[in-house]
Amino acid sequence: MSRQPFRHARGRVIAGNTLAYVVLAVLCVIWLVPVAWLIIISFSKGVAGIPNYFWPKYGFTLQNYVKLFKDSGAASGFYFPRWFLNTLFVAICSCALTAVMTLSVAYAVSRMRFRLRKPYLNVALVLGMFPGFMSMIAVYYILKAVGLTNTLVALILVYSGGAGLGFYVAKGFFDAIPKEMDEAAMIDGATRSQIFWQITVPLSKPVIVYTILTSFLAPWADFIFVNMIMGPTAYKNYTVALGLFRMIDREHITTYFSMFCAGAVLVSIPIVALFISMQRFYVEGITGGSVKG
Amino acid sequence: MEENRIRSRWSGLRRFFAAFVNQANLLGRTFREGDTRTRLSFVLMGFGNLVRGQVAKGLYYFLSEAVFVVYMVLFGARSLVGIVTLGTKTQYIEAIPGQVPKVIRGDNSMLMLLYGVATVLLVVWFIATYFWNISSAMQAQRAVEKGEVLPGLRTEAREYLDAKFHVTLMILPVMGLLLFTVLPLLFMILIAFTNYDSSHQPPGSLFHWTGLYTFKALFSNSGVLGGTFWPVLGWTITWAVIATASNYVLGMLLAILINRKGVRFKGLWRTVFVMSIAIPQFVSLLLMRNMLDDFGPINGVLQHWGLTSKFIPFLTNATFARLSVLVVNLWVGIPYSMLITSGILLSIPKELYEAAAIDGASPFRMWTKIILPYVVFVTGPYLITQFIGNINNFNVIYLLTGGGPSGLTYYQAGKTDLLVTWLYKLTVNTRDYSYASAIGICVFIISAILSLVAYRNTKSYKKEETFQ
Repeated sequence: MSRQPFRHARGRVIAGNTLAYVVLAVLCVIWLVPVAWLIIISFSKGVAGIPNYFWPKYGFTLQNYVKLFKDSGAASGFYFPRWFLNTLFVAICSCALTAVMTLSVAYAVSRMRFRLRKPYLNVALVLGMFPGFMSMIAVYYILKAVGLTNTLVALILVYSGGAGLGFYVAKGFFDAIPKEMDEAAMIDGATRSQIFWQITVPLSKPVIVYTILTSFLAPWADFIFVNMIMGPTAYKNYTVALGLFRMIDREHITTYFSMFCAGAVLVSIPIVALFISMQRFYVEGITGGSVKG
Repeated sequence: MEENRIRSRWSGLRRFFAAFVNQANLLGRTFREGDTRTRLSFVLMGFGNLVRGQVAKGLYYFLSEAVFVVYMVLFGARSLVGIVTLGTKTQYIEAIPGQVPKVIRGDNSMLMLLYGVATVLLVVWFIATYFWNISSAMQAQRAVEKGEVLPGLRTEAREYLDAKFHVTLMILPVMGLLLFTVLPLLFMILIAFTNYDSSHQPPGSLFHWTGLYTFKALFSNSGVLGGTFWPVLGWTITWAVIATASNYVLGMLLAILINRKGVRFKGLWRTVFVMSIAIPQFVSLLLMRNMLDDFGPINGVLQHWGLTSKFIPFLTNATFARLSVLVVNLWVGIPYSMLITSGILLSIPKELYEAAAIDGASPFRMWTKIILPYVVFVTGPYLITQFIGNINNFNVIYLLTGGGPSGLTYYQAGKTDLLVTWLYKLTVNTRDYSYASAIGICVFIISAILSLVAYRNTKSYKKEETFQ
């Protein structure tokens, strides 16, 4: 390569770049087709069942979105606006709880040395290796024993109950903050809690954002635990994920497919916007935690 | 090396037992050296602290004891017996001629086991509290003997913001874990050793301890359960290997492409792919399921263009379905590994490239000899986490095929079912909880072995302290 004349090398670079653009463009189309179809169908008229076309046959309409709000009620059994607010409520509560607890645990195991630290780390490692769905049914019985099934509180508890295990990313982050800062503050007479709130937390913005982001997004995506906790009749307490999931099960799909698409678009927009604006933190979060030779 | 590691594990065990011996010694020593007030703490918890002026602490220990004793007498003792018997009276229907038949309630094995496990956890907590109480009484006595002023409530409370700050930080998360992870998990692990399956459902009937029976049935070469387990395990491993490798390699190629020197709009390209991570999986995957339906748009368009005369059974034929989930998983997974490897690629020392270019290495050789080894080295642990993640990849399978098409010789499973989706179906559809738990334990063992290999061999685990 280095022996070739300069002109040829440049020609190769241009050819290579063109090829790169073509490949990227093709890939982008592949990645965007499902998204595009989702949006198109959400505006389509006269969709019955699964359409066997990409471009609408009967023109466009806003009715799918309108019906999502207007037809909400006992007649259809679908309460989209209510589900949306439910999910928002659960997401805010559980992400606040989860973030506080995750950061607490991460700080304790990263910065402090106590007798049960190593055992705790080992137990957490072991607990994390059991498949999550294994304990699902037992969680349900526990919630039932306390009379919390069919409530949103139960969801908040379930989503934030495992916060004590999700400390790895934050711990990795705290580990990288120089210990000398703590020591200097301690010499000045600061207590551990002062160090935590006044030194560590302000320095940890990326990891705090990451923790909040991931725990805020979880309730929007989960349909398994909601399904377990809410049972078949508590329609009003569904979250969007379960509600939309129900819209296209076998008995409903013929009538509700385009409404499902409309609902999915409405749910996805804020989540995607949030995610993309916080992308940087997300990358820092995952690469900071898992990739460390 | 190897020997050292084994020795260190033994020493870990020894330390564990040594801790118990220490606690026992502490009891003996405290009893010998303690005065009457301290000795009374053995029976009346918190007495030593209470009479020496540490009211709050003393009351806490005393109330713990009171609550524990009342609980055990009213309820706990019975549930400890219950965990052994799992119930003796079966529910039955009493039919007296001329009257409406009446259901006579029996024991509920499930609740007995659940309460039993909860009681065992409570007993463990009480024993710990008991030891704290003893050592705290002795400490108080020592301090008084030396003429020190005992720390009051306020001083002790302040400790929990400083030297004991970890207790404050961890108490809530640990309680959450105990209630929503440890207790349910212990309960489910125990279920694997009972016959709590579809034909033993409380309250209608009892279930019993059956030892390793479920595992034997699962691992047997004959029988419908073993006939399902082995093929499903085989597909799970195949799936995890192919899915991990393909996502990883293709994700890296994409990252290289985007990070190529001459390529512009890097942020735009990346954002397009990141979108597929951001869209909730139940939306994107359910949509894909409908797109790949026998009568869905992809088949529709293929037939419209005359490329196929009949629909392609993307999700309804076993081989096609397996290929489809692997391909769709690329759509989901490539952006992830693209994000991860992007960061690493940027951190490759530039000198490596330059040296290779001077030596006249072709791009392909550069990739195989420099980039790949470097990235594999750095991402080793991530690769194994991904592999475990794929073994547990519930969403892609469940949302796309639901495990189908069903295997006719399988028990409650389909041709694309992974162990976890089979576990889920056994839990939700047929309530074969004992089978489901046994499968969960198998998944745990697979993940545990892999994680041991991954974590124990990484520097960050071995040298955690020196790293900081």
